[in-house]
Amino acid sequence: MVLGTYKEIVSARSTDKQIQNIAQDGGIVSALLSFALDEKIIEGAVVAGPGDDFWKPKPMVAMSSDEILAAAGTKYTFSPNVWMLKEAVRQYGLEKVGTVAIPCQTMGIRKTQSYPFGVRFLADKIKLVVGIYCMENFPFESLRTFISEKMGVSPELVEKMDIGKGKFWVYTQDDVLSIPLKETHGYEQNGCNVCLDYVAELADVSTGSVGSPDGWSTVITRTDAGDTVFKQAVEAGAIETKSIEDVKPGLGLLQKLSGDKKTKNQKTIDERKAMGLPVPF
Amino acid sequence: MLARIKEFLGMETKPTEEIGAEEEVEKVAEEKPKPRIGYIHLSGCTGDGMSLTENYDILAELLTNMVDIVYGQTLVDLWEMPEMDIALVEGSCCLQDEHSLHELKEVREKAGLVVAFGSCAATGCFTRYSRGGQQAQPAHESFVPIADLVKVDLAIPGCPPSPEIIAKTVVAAINGDMDYLQPMMDLVGYTEACGCDLQLKVVNQALCIGCGTCAMSCQTRALSMTNGRPELNEDRCIKCGICYTQCPRSWWPEERIKQDLGL
Repeated sequence: MVLGTYKEIVSARSTDKQIQNIAQDGGIVSALLSFALDEKIIEGAVVAGPGDDFWKPKPMVAMSSDEILAAAGTKYTFSPNVWMLKEAVRQYGLEKVGTVAIPCQTMGIRKTQSYPFGVRFLADKIKLVVGIYCMENFPFESLRTFISEKMGVSPELVEKMDIGKGKFWVYTQDDVLSIPLKETHGYEQNGCNVCLDYVAELADVSTGSVGSPDGWSTVITRTDAGDTVFKQAVEAGAIETKSIEDVKPGLGLLQKLSGDKKTKNQKTIDERKAMGLPVPF
Repeated sequence: MLARIKEFLGMETKPTEEIGAEEEVEKVAEEKPKPRIGYIHLSGCTGDGMSLTENYDILAELLTNMVDIVYGQTLVDLWEMPEMDIALVEGSCCLQDEHSLHELKEVREKAGLVVAFGSCAATGCFTRYSRGGQQAQPAHESFVPIADLVKVDLAIPGCPPSPEIIAKTVVAAINGDMDYLQPMMDLVGYTEACGCDLQLKVVNQALCIGCGTCAMSCQTRALSMTNGRPELNEDRCIKCGICYTQCPRSWWPEERIKQDLGL
């Protein structure tokens, strides 16, 4: 299955105006983690918080909705969130932890849950993994090349970044700038080229922009836990939904992009194997 | 009973897979004779044995109803090593200590499954830094993982291994769940472990994705993440091998994970 195993796919957005204003898309990650925190489904969440440099995120343990919202918006570089899960359990003493994770981070978490070799009394405390779709990620210096060199903008002026419609977009207060995605090729993290997961197939709930209109997200519920918390959030009015059949561009585009990523990266995997290089998949 | 333990461990198979099958497993487990488990203590710190006992909720049931602990210096008052189905061997082996060498060979003869229990037995761990010259045995300087000396069937690295992985391994061994044990069988060959494996086998091989799982799992905080890549403080690394073992880009148990998640 090109989108992994799932229960339901809908188009959705947060009903909270504040979240809508700052979120990358529909604000699903912020809304869902905040809701889970309010309902005590989790006691805290590891998120990609602001770091020391502009647009260089730093994983942090968020203990309030405000801290969760401070992490809203996509940063197209590394935030090793899995690292901070131990901090959340040991230093913060959390029994129920939520986190946001891109597909590979989800894989790290799930592997430690099935095989917790050295990860003592931690794996079972991870209660909610909100996965986000991910085509590829970039080293921070690659990002700097796009923004400072190719677009000639100072990073601190940037208010939002986005990848869509074949371009890498940067929004400042006055301008909307872009470079064709073709110009970003070769700057992506190499480890991404063997990744076969676009839509965070092992998350409790996955979400991302593709498939839904601007300001909305495509949400995939997967596990029982994920399905339950998402439905509770919808019922409580924190999230509104539309049938994915009724929105453009819809599921077709999501399936296409996921399939494209799998095909392209499977080719890389096969080439690596032919060269005798290790591949875990 | 078994169902309760499996539930505790999150080992339940797909819920849709009919209750009949689960009852069947339980029945078989109850009918099978209880496996005889021995605990052998070589050059270790007893931390791995302690970790076993930290399965508080299920320990009494595990010990009373599921297994017989037939041997172990800290657990059983018995001097002669008996026949065992599973031997958990803690600690590496000192090449200058005749008694340890003899004991290890005896375990191999008397146990069906020999398990390298904990990183000292599996990879040497911090006994890799031993170099002799201390009282009262200045010549005791060479310590090796047990797979260097005898055939080992399963390795459970960790300093110590988590209580959960110990319980999961024992339950899987009782049930003959070889799929679950396969990674432990593969890890037997991973005896030369180091935090630098992340650089050599993951970053150098264009496989690192900066997820941070290695730094999270490091048991001595020897690892941190810098610009999305693991950075090793070699002075803190005890060569337990946990970072590389838990890395999602070293080996990937896809089927088991999907089964555990019900996906």
